[in-house]
Amino acid sequence: MPINSKSLNLNMKNNTLFSRLLTGGILLFAALTGATVSANPDIEHWRTTNGVRVYFVPAPELPIVDIRIIFNAGAARDEDNPGQAILTNGLLAEGAGGLSADQLAEQFESIGARFGNSTQRDMAILSLRTLAEKKVFDSAVGTLTTILTQPDFPKTAFERERRRLLTTLKRNKQSPGKLADEAFFNAVYAKHPYHNQPTGTEAGINGLNTAKLKAFYDKYYVGRNAVLAIVGDLSRADAGKLAETLMGKLPEGEPAGNLPPVEALAEGKEIRINHPSAQTHILVGQPGMKRGDPDYFALYVGNHILGGSGLVARLSNEIREKRGLAYSSYSYFVPMQQNGPYTIGLQTKNESADEALKVLRETIGTFIKEGPTAEELDASKKNITGGFPLRISSNKKIIDYIGMIGFYQLPMDYLDTFNERVQAVTLEDIKKAFQKRIHLDRMITVMVGGNVNPVSKK
Amino acid sequence: MIPLIKISAAALAAAALTGCATGLAKNSGTEIPAPAAASANVEKTGHITTVGDVHEYRLANGLKILIKEDHRAPIVVSQIWYKTGASYESNGTTGVAHVLEHMMFKGTKTLGPNEFSRIIAANGGRENAFTGQDYTAYFQQLEKSRLPISFGLEADRMANLNLRAEDFAKEVKVVMEERRMRTEDKPRSLTYEHFAATAFVNSPYHHPIIGWMNDLENMNVDDMRNWYKNWYAPNNAILVVAGDVDAKEVFELAKKTYGKVKPRPIPTVKPQVEFEQKGIKRIVVKAPAQVPYMIMGYKVPVVATAKTDWEPYALEMLASILDAGESSRFAKELVRGQQIATSVGAGYDIYARLDDLLIFDGTPAKGKTVEELENAIRAQIKKIKTEQVSQAELDRIKAQVVASKVYEKDSVFYQAMQIGTLATVGLDWQLMDQFVERLRAVTPEQVQAVAKKYLIDDHLTVAVLDPQSAPVAANGGHSHAH
Repeated sequence: MPINSKSLNLNMKNNTLFSRLLTGGILLFAALTGATVSANPDIEHWRTTNGVRVYFVPAPELPIVDIRIIFNAGAARDEDNPGQAILTNGLLAEGAGGLSADQLAEQFESIGARFGNSTQRDMAILSLRTLAEKKVFDSAVGTLTTILTQPDFPKTAFERERRRLLTTLKRNKQSPGKLADEAFFNAVYAKHPYHNQPTGTEAGINGLNTAKLKAFYDKYYVGRNAVLAIVGDLSRADAGKLAETLMGKLPEGEPAGNLPPVEALAEGKEIRINHPSAQTHILVGQPGMKRGDPDYFALYVGNHILGGSGLVARLSNEIREKRGLAYSSYSYFVPMQQNGPYTIGLQTKNESADEALKVLRETIGTFIKEGPTAEELDASKKNITGGFPLRISSNKKIIDYIGMIGFYQLPMDYLDTFNERVQAVTLEDIKKAFQKRIHLDRMITVMVGGNVNPVSKK
Repeated sequence: MIPLIKISAAALAAAALTGCATGLAKNSGTEIPAPAAASANVEKTGHITTVGDVHEYRLANGLKILIKEDHRAPIVVSQIWYKTGASYESNGTTGVAHVLEHMMFKGTKTLGPNEFSRIIAANGGRENAFTGQDYTAYFQQLEKSRLPISFGLEADRMANLNLRAEDFAKEVKVVMEERRMRTEDKPRSLTYEHFAATAFVNSPYHHPIIGWMNDLENMNVDDMRNWYKNWYAPNNAILVVAGDVDAKEVFELAKKTYGKVKPRPIPTVKPQVEFEQKGIKRIVVKAPAQVPYMIMGYKVPVVATAKTDWEPYALEMLASILDAGESSRFAKELVRGQQIATSVGAGYDIYARLDDLLIFDGTPAKGKTVEELENAIRAQIKKIKTEQVSQAELDRIKAQVVASKVYEKDSVFYQAMQIGTLATVGLDWQLMDQFVERLRAVTPEQVQAVAKKYLIDDHLTVAVLDPQSAPVAANGGHSHAH
């Protein structure tokens, strides 16, 4: 429900809980990075007979099991049909094994199980949370297996979901933030599969049919292209059985090929889009880094100082604390299979847009040129390392991490070594990494709002 | 679609009913006195009661303390809730509760602006605050050994806030940007704001939490000082702590920090009971948008105001039958079956402080109108009035609620939120333990009865978003000089 009735921001979907600070950037980053605690989760890893990589953390404290299945079948695999990945994933629960969407939903919900699915650029995800009690658990897993292995791709459901997705695309056009994000990706990834939004394009969606979805499913929803993450109240032996029951019927298949590397931007470009809004949304950025990147820790810690630590970051200090120009100003990396974006952003009333952009660019420029101070580095290290028990304090957070470690095939000691690698970052490392990788003169700048020059120019 | 969390927001995980492995907490050396002995002991021990793993204490200055022990991870969540919020505001200064929430980070007699945040950050913490209609709350999440830092800082700004005109001048601009971002440029939020202001006339739920723009523009630092002086006192606050802590030790720590803050008289809160609506209200909101949207809401009681105690639970059940997951009636019949809605939801805040609304909202499917969507929702309401809901449907909701109660235990923060929400609107926090049982007790007849009694046209407000096509297409049209 989009409305917030009794509390500022408490009920808003796709948003943070917090009202004082829009922490989108930080939370996103926190969700994608790892951290370690003295008692790190003990991750067990194996492969099923048909090649699924399984990652398991036992958590007997609560009678719950969380399951997450991730295929390398995100929107980056859309090719000529933007929207293909999200509709394929979305259709799985719309009819499977001869059961209707109504019946499948009733099977889950009559036992309190929660099924979910989502599609990003890299990943297509199915998730399940269920009580661990055997009868309930077996039933929930049975339904999930049906959805995963016997989807029917019914034509009526496809037509309906296609229309709903088109409405979503249309609605996104009324949001200056979404328009800015779309223009930003289009420009940063001009010739790369990360170009389009995971929600696809109107032309792409209209060019689809159930046969194409089925073909996409057959190609990518296979054992060797899948990661299974399990956290919960079950033994290693039961997790092994679960993995075979759930995933075993999928053909072995082939892993998806490597995505092409992202080309660096040759020159800076400013895109200005007029929109009837009170604020102008500004995004500045470029291709950033990938998972397992050699510069990961230097860039991560550096960005934490520049714009990744909320109100105590430099950007927020300059834009919000000193000048009152924006509610939220932030920067973040999204490390992906190939270089994901480095995004710096804010939103301000139309009249302040040029001033805010100027301060934003100066702040980034100074940081690249001079790097952080010793005090800033010390404060960020304390925050990152001192706070990591918070990052793995729930089953939900742990499955986020092991799903990420599994999908990107990060080292199994990723969590164990995270803090020491953060501690090892020096002032010089950050300065060097930013100067090598981040180029203010070759960034994309997107401005969407009510007072911007609509002419697209360099 | 309303998330199930809306239901489960009520259900605190403390009962043995769920069979949860955390079960009863360690008793942490605190005696659990019999109710009669409790009052006699309070003076000495501060301890009021312990139910399950939740311990209630009270300091001599009136601060209520609720502690939930959860030893799964070495972390702690500390939240301080003030019994004030947007619904305590008056015309002309709407939004003051939320602006003051921002100002609470601007320093005290001994700390500079933003230093609070820097200290928490240096301790590996995460912190923030939120303002609702019925509360204003501040929180920190920390590794458990850092709890004293949170208590010291919060107790300091409860008593010693330094409100400076120059800080206010900048911060109120930030809040205006927040308002533009959340409301002005979001057609559905804008529609909701107009809707609430139409549905409620003399209830303070009339005005938005963030305040009217004109009030923000005319606010001053004295408004801040008055608000702070009126409401920020230990006898108007509730401290909720959840995590890997020992309740007795937390209480002792609170005594040394919060215990030093002096109590103050708190203004009398007027009831502001909304008068009876005398007929349907309809409004249209024209705004730049691409997709139509509608909201309709009926006046209903909540737990805090209900004269018949089962009615709010029957209303909760009614909302869930229509919208709690993919198997509920809205998803099944309006989104999939008749394909009238792209999305449609129901919402009810059972723990509001004042009489509230049962809300339905949605976006019509491509080729359908908001009128068709409204009629389809009305037809669903009529069906509930005329046909008893099936036992299978009731059972499915109950299964979801029971499971939710277990799932909630995975989030310490969420558990603390539930305790704080209830305690702040003046409800007994132990009601949370009864939520599942009360919902399970709802009969098909009771669902029908509340539908007939409350979902009537004379108490209905409908707001429709009428999308105005943008005056300027992307990359075309007007050019503005800079």
